[in-house]
Amino acid sequence: MNVHYMFSLIVVIGLVLLAYVGVEVLGLKAIFGVVLPYAAFLTFLIGVAYKVIDWAKSPVPFRITTTGGQQKSLPWIKSAKIDNPDCSVGVVVRMLTEILFFRSLFRNTKAELKEGNKFSYEWEKWLWIFAILFHWSFAVVLVRHFRLFTEPVPYLLQLLENLDGFFQIGIPVVFLSGLLLLAGVTYLFLRRIFIPQIKYISLAADYFPLFLIFGIAFTGILMRYFTKTDIVAVKQLTMGLVTLHPTVPATIGFIFYVHLFLVCVLLAYFPFSKLMHLGGIFLSPTRNLPGNTRAVRHINPWNYPVKVHTYDEYEEEFREKMIEAGLPVEKEE
Amino acid sequence: MPNNNNKIYDKNKIVIGIVIFLIISLFPIWYNHFKNVPAPDPLLTEKAKIAKECVLPKVLMKTEHMQLLNSWRDSVVRDGKRLYTNSQGKVFDMSLSNGCLDCHSNKKDFCDRCHNYASVRPYCFDCHIDNPKEKK
Ligand code: HEC
Ligand code: HEC
Ligand code: HEC
Ligand code: HEM
Repeated sequence: MNVHYMFSLIVVIGLVLLAYVGVEVLGLKAIFGVVLPYAAFLTFLIGVAYKVIDWAKSPVPFRITTTGGQQKSLPWIKSAKIDNPDCSVGVVVRMLTEILFFRSLFRNTKAELKEGNKFSYEWEKWLWIFAILFHWSFAVVLVRHFRLFTEPVPYLLQLLENLDGFFQIGIPVVFLSGLLLLAGVTYLFLRRIFIPQIKYISLAADYFPLFLIFGIAFTGILMRYFTKTDIVAVKQLTMGLVTLHPTVPATIGFIFYVHLFLVCVLLAYFPFSKLMHLGGIFLSPTRNLPGNTRAVRHINPWNYPVKVHTYDEYEEEFREKMIEAGLPVEKEE
Repeated sequence: MPNNNNKIYDKNKIVIGIVIFLIISLFPIWYNHFKNVPAPDPLLTEKAKIAKECVLPKVLMKTEHMQLLNSWRDSVVRDGKRLYTNSQGKVFDMSLSNGCLDCHSNKKDFCDRCHNYASVRPYCFDCHIDNPKEKK
C-alpha cells in the first residue's frame, strides 16, 4: 500500500460515483451531457494554448540539444545528420522519429550491479514497446470515436474501423485498439508498482492519469461489449454538441455518462498536468534545435546592454600618453 | 528563468503551432457546418406493422439486436436448435434472412439507415444475401 496510488484510485472511484449519482439519482443529464463537456473542452483548448505561450516566453540562450552523434564540423569528419542535425531538415526528421516512434526512449538502458559489484548497462525495451502500444492505440481509439462526431462519417475513418476490426471476432466486432489500450495502460501502471526505484519516484500525479485512462477504456469496453448503450441516441447527443444544437436524449444509460465524465475530467486536467508532454515534446529545446554551435554564434537574448570600451577605442583615446610613456601601441599616428 | 519582458520567442512558429492545434481540435465543429442531421428513423414494413412487436421489447432490440443475432447463430449452427420462444410465448424462426429480414424485408430503409448513421458495416451480408432470400 502506498498513499500516492491509493489517493489517485480513491479520487477516480469518487469521480465514477459522482457521475453515477449525478445522472441516476439527481437526473442531471444536461449537466453531465452538455455543460461539463463544453466547459472541459474549452478548458482544454485555452489551457493548452496558454501553456504553450507561457513556455514560449522562456528564452533559450544557447543550443542545449542532447546529441546522439558527432556534430557537423570539418568536412572530413563524418557527422550524424539525424542524431545531431545541423539544419532544419535534419531537425524535422529527428522530431518526427521522436514523436511518432519515441526514438530516444528506444535507447533506454538499465544500469545494474551484477555478480556482486560488476556494473553493467543492459538494453531495456519493454517500456518502449508498451509506450508505443499505449500511445498508438489511444490515438486509434480517439480517431475512431469521430464516427460519433461526424455525419457523414469520412471514408478514411471507415477504413480505420475496418482495419481495427479486421479479425471479425464476435459481435459487436472486437476493436483491437481498445484492448491494446487497456493492456498498455495496465503495464504502465504495474511498472510503477513493481519496480522499486520507479515506485519510489512515483507520485499521485503519475498514478491519477493512469487510473483515469484505465477507467475510460474500461467503461468504454463495458459499454460496447457488455452493457449495451443506444448508440443512435449517443450520436444524437454528440452531434448536438458539435453542431452547437445540444440535445439530451432520454434513452442513454448511465454508463455512458460515467465514460463521458471521466473524459471531461481528463480534458480539463490535461493542460495543468504531466499530460502536457503532448505539447512539450514540440517545444523541447533538447530536441527541436539544430546542433550548430560550431557554425553559428548564439547571443544570449537576456544579456544586459553593457557599455563596452574596446581596446581600439582605448588606444585612440590614450595614444599620445602611451607613446610618451614608452608603451607599445598598435598604430603609430 | 524569471521572465521580465513578457516577450514571446519564435512568435511565428508558436502561433502557427497553436493554429494547427486549434484546427485539428475543432475538426468536428467545422466538418459538420453546424448542421445537425436528424436521427435515422427505421421504416417498418406492412408485415412488421401487423406483427406490432419485435422479438424483444423495442428498447432491448435497439441496443442488443446484434447480441441476439449472435446467440441465434450459435444456437442454430452449434446446437441445431432453430426455434426461439420469447417471454410472451411467441415462437420465432432463428434466422437472419428468414426471421429478421422476413418482417424487416426493407433492409435498405431499416437496418441500413441506422447502420450508416452509426458507421457499422455488419459483414453478415457477405454470405446472408438478403435479396433474393436464401432457400430453406
Ligand atoms: C435503431 C437502429 C438500428 C436498427 C434498426 C438496426 N440496427 Fe443493427 N446496429 C445498430 C447500432 C447502433 C449498431 C452498433 C452498436 C455498437 O457499436 O455497439 C448495430 C450493430 C449491428 C450488428 C453488429 C455489427 C458489428 O460489426 O459490430 C449487427 C450484426 C446488426 N446491427 C444487425 C442488424 C440487422 C440485421 C438489422 C435489421 C434487421 C439491424 N441491425 C437494424 C443500430 C440498428
Ligand atoms: C414478427 C416480425 C418481426 C421480426 C421477426 C423481427 N422484428 Fe424487429 N421489429 C418488429 C416490429 C413490429 C418493430 C417495432 C417495435 C415497436 O415499435 O415497438 C421492430 C423493431 C425493431 C428494432 C428497433 C427499431 C427502432 O425503431 O428503433 C430493431 C433494431 C429490430 N426490430 C431488429 C430486428 C432484428 C435484428 C430481428 C431479428 C433478430 C428482428 N428485428 C425480427 C418486427 C419484427
Ligand atoms: C462466411 C459466411 C457467413 C457469414 C459472414 C455469416 N454467416 Fe451466418 N451463417 C452462415 C451459414 C453457412 C449458416 C448456416 C445456415 C443453416 O444451417 O441454415 C449461417 C447461419 C446463421 C444463422 C442461423 C440460420 C439462419 O437461417 O440465419 C444466423 C442467425 C446467422 N447465421 C447470423 C449471422 C450474423 C448475425 C452474421 C454477421 C455477424 C453472420 N451470420 C455472418 C454463413 C455466414
Ligand atoms: C480520451 C478519450 C476517450 C477514450 C480513450 C475512449 C475510450 C473508449 C474505448 C476503449 C471504448 C471501447 C470501444 C472501442 O474500442 O472503441 C469506448 C467506447 C465508447 N466511447 Fe469512448 N473514449 C473516449 C472519449 C469518448 C467521448 C468524448 C465519447 C462521447 C461523447 C465517448 C463515447 C463512447 C461510446 C458511446 C462508446 C461505445 C461505442 C460502441 O458501443 O460501439 N468516448 N471508448
